[in-house]
Amino acid sequence: MTGPDWLTLSIILPLFGAVAAFILPRAAAGLGLTTVAATTLCVLMMADQVAALGAVTVPLGGWGAPLGIELRADGLSVAMLALTGMVGLLVSVSAIDAFAGDRTARQRQYFWPLWLLLLSGLNGVYLGTDLFNLYVMIEIIALAAVGLTVLGGTREALRAGLDYVYASILGALLFLLGVGLIYLQLGRLDFAGVIAAPPSAAMTAALAVMFVGLALKTALFPLHVWLPAAHANAAAPASALLSGLVVKGALYIVLRLAGYMPALTEDILTLIGLMGAGAVIWGGIQALRAERLKLLVAWSTVAQIGLIFVALARAGERGLSDSWKAAALLILAHGIAKAAMFLAAGRIKDEIGHDRIRDLDRSPIRPTLAQVTFALAAISLIGLPPSLGFIGKWQLMEGAMMAGYWHWVAITMIGTLFSVAYFSRVLAGFLRFDRVRGGPLAEHHGWSGADAAPLILASAAVLLGLAAGPIIAFIDLGAGGAMP
Amino acid sequence: MTPDLIYGAAGLAVFGIGLWGAIALQDRMRRLLGLKLCSVGAGFVLIVGAWREPPAAPDPMPHALVITGIVVMLSATAAALALIRRLHDLEDADDRP
Repeated sequence: MTGPDWLTLSIILPLFGAVAAFILPRAAAGLGLTTVAATTLCVLMMADQVAALGAVTVPLGGWGAPLGIELRADGLSVAMLALTGMVGLLVSVSAIDAFAGDRTARQRQYFWPLWLLLLSGLNGVYLGTDLFNLYVMIEIIALAAVGLTVLGGTREALRAGLDYVYASILGALLFLLGVGLIYLQLGRLDFAGVIAAPPSAAMTAALAVMFVGLALKTALFPLHVWLPAAHANAAAPASALLSGLVVKGALYIVLRLAGYMPALTEDILTLIGLMGAGAVIWGGIQALRAERLKLLVAWSTVAQIGLIFVALARAGERGLSDSWKAAALLILAHGIAKAAMFLAAGRIKDEIGHDRIRDLDRSPIRPTLAQVTFALAAISLIGLPPSLGFIGKWQLMEGAMMAGYWHWVAITMIGTLFSVAYFSRVLAGFLRFDRVRGGPLAEHHGWSGADAAPLILASAAVLLGLAAGPIIAFIDLGAGGAMP
Repeated sequence: MTPDLIYGAAGLAVFGIGLWGAIALQDRMRRLLGLKLCSVGAGFVLIVGAWREPPAAPDPMPHALVITGIVVMLSATAAALALIRRLHDLEDADDRP
């Protein structure tokens, strides 16, 4: 290939950035922002290459698969990388503001190395084509994500973080066990080898173990129990990264492996769909019952992940041949909108001083811009046109209808109703401030430059739906055909 | 019974014991030790892939994978231990009047 190796750079840059930010804590914010911007630039260059060539493969150190490790970028990889880059960049900008004060000096010091390490791990997952390599990357993601969860240092955050550690390590070890079982049968771990393997009971068992591990890591119902506390108790920028990006890593591996598995039977797909449906309903109920804003947003993540699995399993008749596109769109939509929503929730909490949903309309301060951001993100998560979430749901329902899966369409509708209901609890509070006692609203309307980054993200979540055609065409690049 | 079968079955058994510990136990340290057992079990299963009928040389690849796995698990354990200790300190401070 010609020109610089953007694939390797997009993994190595944040890795070195993380080390540099750890060694030079005073310059961490500057280093961090520069590194994230440079990495995103690499991804854009990569997107250009992929648009021209279809897919780019880099054998690391000149050693090709099956012995060596290859990196591969196609439309879906680049879409995930672009999501990570875009969300990452905007969360970074708002993190500079969120961790600005003296009180958060310690959080500022550790946020940047952890976040850059996380970025390196995520990019590694999206480019990796070797199962063991993916294991190492998801462990890197897990360690960085746990660090981000406990950044605040409160007892609740530490408890949630510890539960997250257990779930995350166990998920990774189940994945590793599956990797071992696959190596026993095939003697190789590259995607091409795994995809070419003839279907067998032993292979199905290995993949099932890996799926359970990944489901635990991505918090698919009923393995979601660790997620709400972990995401709700983290600092706002960390929550945005955890909910918007981290759960997508394991989700992507499922999507990638499932897309190439001919062994997936009707029963397995129905089971996956049912787990997704369980998440949609249970997540919806819990979000309705949540007393705090961030907890509501975290439960909505559980429900949305369920929806993505419903899409993966049931958005199309020919098994997974087309349904992965609906799932991919929903992943992109959720990543952007949920990051925006967590940032907005953090801003609202900062301005009002608490995030009790019941008392949101009693505050003398109106964080107007953060509220608008929250509403825009909710539009995409509910799936109202023209948002990206709408396009994803449309693809899901269209695929399911064409295949005659009417009950799965109904489940999607129920999920939509739930999301309208639980987001309305919050939005209704935003619309009426007449319950304030003791004087008129304060002059200060509670918005500042810190609202810019979340607002851009939320607007993107809504407006990207207008560019859905090119996005769908792009994620299809390099797919369809067999892996090299 | 061939050695690879014994190792494979032992690996799965060790993983199972660890899994039970990590899920069913309450004590934080014991749960972590359960996870450690899981990693040993998964390592066993990987190592079986290296075994060849004696005259043939073993496959070196799984050894490299297991060593990497050990390093990864070491860091994960360290992180979990640090969390447990910090949590312990915080809860101790709460108990004191």
